[in-house]
Amino acid sequence: MTNDPYFVPGDCQELGSYVFTEESIIAFARQFDPQRFHVDAEAAKDSVFGSLCASGWQTAATWMKLNIAAGAREAQKAKAEGRVLPEFGPSPGIRNLRWFKPVYAGDEIFYSRTVRGTRPLNSRPGWSVLELTSEARNESGELVMSFDSAALVRLPEAEQADI
Amino acid sequence: MPDDNLLHFEDMPPGTVFPLGPKHVTADEIIAFAMEYDAQPMHLDAEAGRQSILGGLAASGWHSCAMMMRMMTDSYLLRSAAEGAPGIDYVKWKKPVLAGDVLSGETRVLDSRQSQSRPGIGIVSLRHELRNQKGDTVLESENPVMIRLRNPESPSS
Repeated sequence: MTNDPYFVPGDCQELGSYVFTEESIIAFARQFDPQRFHVDAEAAKDSVFGSLCASGWQTAATWMKLNIAAGAREAQKAKAEGRVLPEFGPSPGIRNLRWFKPVYAGDEIFYSRTVRGTRPLNSRPGWSVLELTSEARNESGELVMSFDSAALVRLPEAEQADI
Repeated sequence: MPDDNLLHFEDMPPGTVFPLGPKHVTADEIIAFAMEYDAQPMHLDAEAGRQSILGGLAASGWHSCAMMMRMMTDSYLLRSAAEGAPGIDYVKWKKPVLAGDVLSGETRVLDSRQSQSRPGIGIVSLRHELRNQKGDTVLESENPVMIRLRNPESPSS
């Protein structure tokens, strides 16, 4: 059931990196997470983090940003080569999200995702659930975040079977 | 604000409930977030949203999480001695959050304990739920939050 060629368990894809500037940290936090250690560099010094750091939700949403960008690059390449890629649908959720270390202003964070497996979705013929584990690391290679996620995918074979 | 006025570990025993929202979700906000973080058609374009499984211009799940975070800060975190969160046990995106929805809900304290490794810090386990204006649950989540003890010497949990 999991031997489709698109999502081989254990396959790890590097998604690229993002530099968290002080400006971007404060802009995100003012809108969504205005705790003092995310919006005020002075006040952050007195917090447990010791310095201005990104909202964990910015670190997480940036995974999606890079995941989407990587998908767009892959789609362009596939189109040029005449290949059909799986179609992605919505996600039911995430689990086991851990923020291991703060992401500080100036940090460059490197993201990746690893396939855990796929299983057919009985309630939606043609669609499968793709399960991923994703990671974010800083310049020193330290893990700053990881989480497990799921997404609905429709594999090209299933599309053909519909016809 | 004097520190004494902040919510501390002792002020959040199991069973404590904090209201979340209401938050009116606009199409402009959905599109702005998606352009930056989740540029998929159903988050960017009303017609594409209608034709998708989600049934309308729908907020990125990450946007829903970020909006929940803001509701948490506005309801209780900004007037608390919270020191961040180590993670999120789970988030379930139960139903789409669509343009025009009004989200509200609550955070409930499930459990509280003192940190073994960090004196003066307690950990409260929180469960969050957001519903839309029709009463449908759109998001469920649980996570631990670190918060300072008011009286590290003689805590009363």
